[in-house]
Amino acid sequence: MITVSNVTKFYGEFKALDDVSLVIPDGSLTALLGPSGSGKTSLLRVIAGLEDPDAGTVVISGQDVTAVRPQGRNIGFVFQHYAAFKHMTVRDNVAFGLTIRKKPKAHIDARVDELLGIVGLAGYHNRFPNQLSGGQRQRMALARALAVDPKVLLLDEPFGALDAKVRDELRAWLRRLHDEVHVTTVLVTHDQEEAMDVAGHIVVMNGGRIEQVGTPREVYENPRTEFVFRFLGPVATLRGRLVRPHDLVLSRHPGPDSVAGKVDRVLHLGFEVRVEIRTLEGETVTAQVTRGEAWHLGVQPGDEVHITAETNPRRPVPGAVDPIAAI
Amino acid sequence: METRKSTKLTLRVIALGYLAILLAVPLAIIFWRTFEHGFGPFRDSVTTPACQSAVQLSLLIVAIVVPINVVLGVVTALALARGKFPGRGVVQAVVDLPFAVSPVVVGVSLILLWGVHGWFGGLAEHGIRVIFSLPGMVLATIFVTLPFVVREVEPVLHEIGDEQEQAAATLGASRWQTFWRITLPAIRWGLVYGVVLTVARALGEFGALTVVAGGVPGKSQTLTLLVSSRYVDDRNTFGAYSAATVLMSLALLTLLLMTFVNRRRESNAR
Repeated sequence: MITVSNVTKFYGEFKALDDVSLVIPDGSLTALLGPSGSGKTSLLRVIAGLEDPDAGTVVISGQDVTAVRPQGRNIGFVFQHYAAFKHMTVRDNVAFGLTIRKKPKAHIDARVDELLGIVGLAGYHNRFPNQLSGGQRQRMALARALAVDPKVLLLDEPFGALDAKVRDELRAWLRRLHDEVHVTTVLVTHDQEEAMDVAGHIVVMNGGRIEQVGTPREVYENPRTEFVFRFLGPVATLRGRLVRPHDLVLSRHPGPDSVAGKVDRVLHLGFEVRVEIRTLEGETVTAQVTRGEAWHLGVQPGDEVHITAETNPRRPVPGAVDPIAAI
Repeated sequence: METRKSTKLTLRVIALGYLAILLAVPLAIIFWRTFEHGFGPFRDSVTTPACQSAVQLSLLIVAIVVPINVVLGVVTALALARGKFPGRGVVQAVVDLPFAVSPVVVGVSLILLWGVHGWFGGLAEHGIRVIFSLPGMVLATIFVTLPFVVREVEPVLHEIGDEQEQAAATLGASRWQTFWRITLPAIRWGLVYGVVLTVARALGEFGALTVVAGGVPGKSQTLTLLVSSRYVDDRNTFGAYSAATVLMSLALLTLLLMTFVNRRRESNAR
């Protein structure tokens, strides 16, 4: 368990973390999610000991490590740009933590073999980092971090520097790895899709503070603040209320509580169709409908349509009820 | 097409001609003058006790200056690249000072500081002679060669960043272990290049040494001072050519080393 209590961190005048408190349960996979400058990376680095907080404490597995340097915290840290030791082979990179701990060579060799097998780099022992692809380098970095049996694994935008396809593969792979290894893992990301895809818990951060903590479904369906609502997915405004574009239903005929408007544009984006509508009240609303719905509706620019929100449009108020559970 | 070809040719002739007239021809003449009458006279001229001791003194100074500059240079480069201390800008400027200040001025300032009437002149009364002896020559050489290691290592440190060092720390390495296992291997080619430049500059130093060395043959006369003394004082032009050839050979050796190091560095910087 990682317990962060009342942590504040300044960079000069800039307050990167503002009285942050957070509990990360043992064995969980938690994502720190937020835009750049939200404090997510600072929080991760404070947990790792790479930054000293100006106030507050960090406790890992019951031990107060606030004053402990990174090398004494028994953590694994993975950097966005791999931080591979360029002059060492893959084998020596992965073995580094064990070599520092002066483990016997036979033990190190066995552990390196095991880890390279887990990360899918078996047989790459004698390669140098510059002979690996980005995805392979990051998997090597993961093996290196896992070699010392860390109590917590900290990942700073680990897939941020990889292209989309490799990123998807590595996400799925990380999820499986976590199922096998069960080490408490904290992942920093600015990508809400990545957070929801990989993590069991999401900590949404903004402006150095935590906005909301919950499972991916909780934070998506029951956002507690307008920021969380807007950050976790696309947003449309209907009669001044926030609503997800895929919760908007379009019809040729007026219904109870529907809003009338004229279609401005119809965008075919492959798996979905986006319809831009200007309501009679002067709002611009973008609805997201399936291809089938769009085909049935047959809307063209200039057509009149009537918009209804499928679930009750939610005002982002603290403690709002889950609209799906409420139906 | 034709004009472009001729332009190219003209540029090449100018560039090569410029190098030839300014560099190759003067150096070649010295070689030619040295070996004009065969190898024998050259050997006799460079095996005199004065010349032998000059070679030894030059190499001794290099052997003292290089380790000092390596340690201090790496520490300074680390401080400049990694540290965030007030007065960093001042240190940056001070490191470049030896490039700007003429070596003669360095020599004079050393005399003002360490000479009999200087601030630390009292040391001479206790038998510690700095000026006109080895310590003064070493100090002068350190001064003029100080920037090379710093200026070669610092950009490499910036380029590699500190993520590898942070990664080593999270894996349990102490600062010392991180330095030996991560930082030093990463900067090694920059460091070697800095050392080669330091050696070349230390061998060739003349201005500051004419002031602080005294140039007593067999005692405080380096190779450069020997060349000058043979040429100017003894009117022994052949002796000067021979000594210059020895000096040039040593410089050429470092130059070759430099080319080799550069190749290694480029193939490492993939």
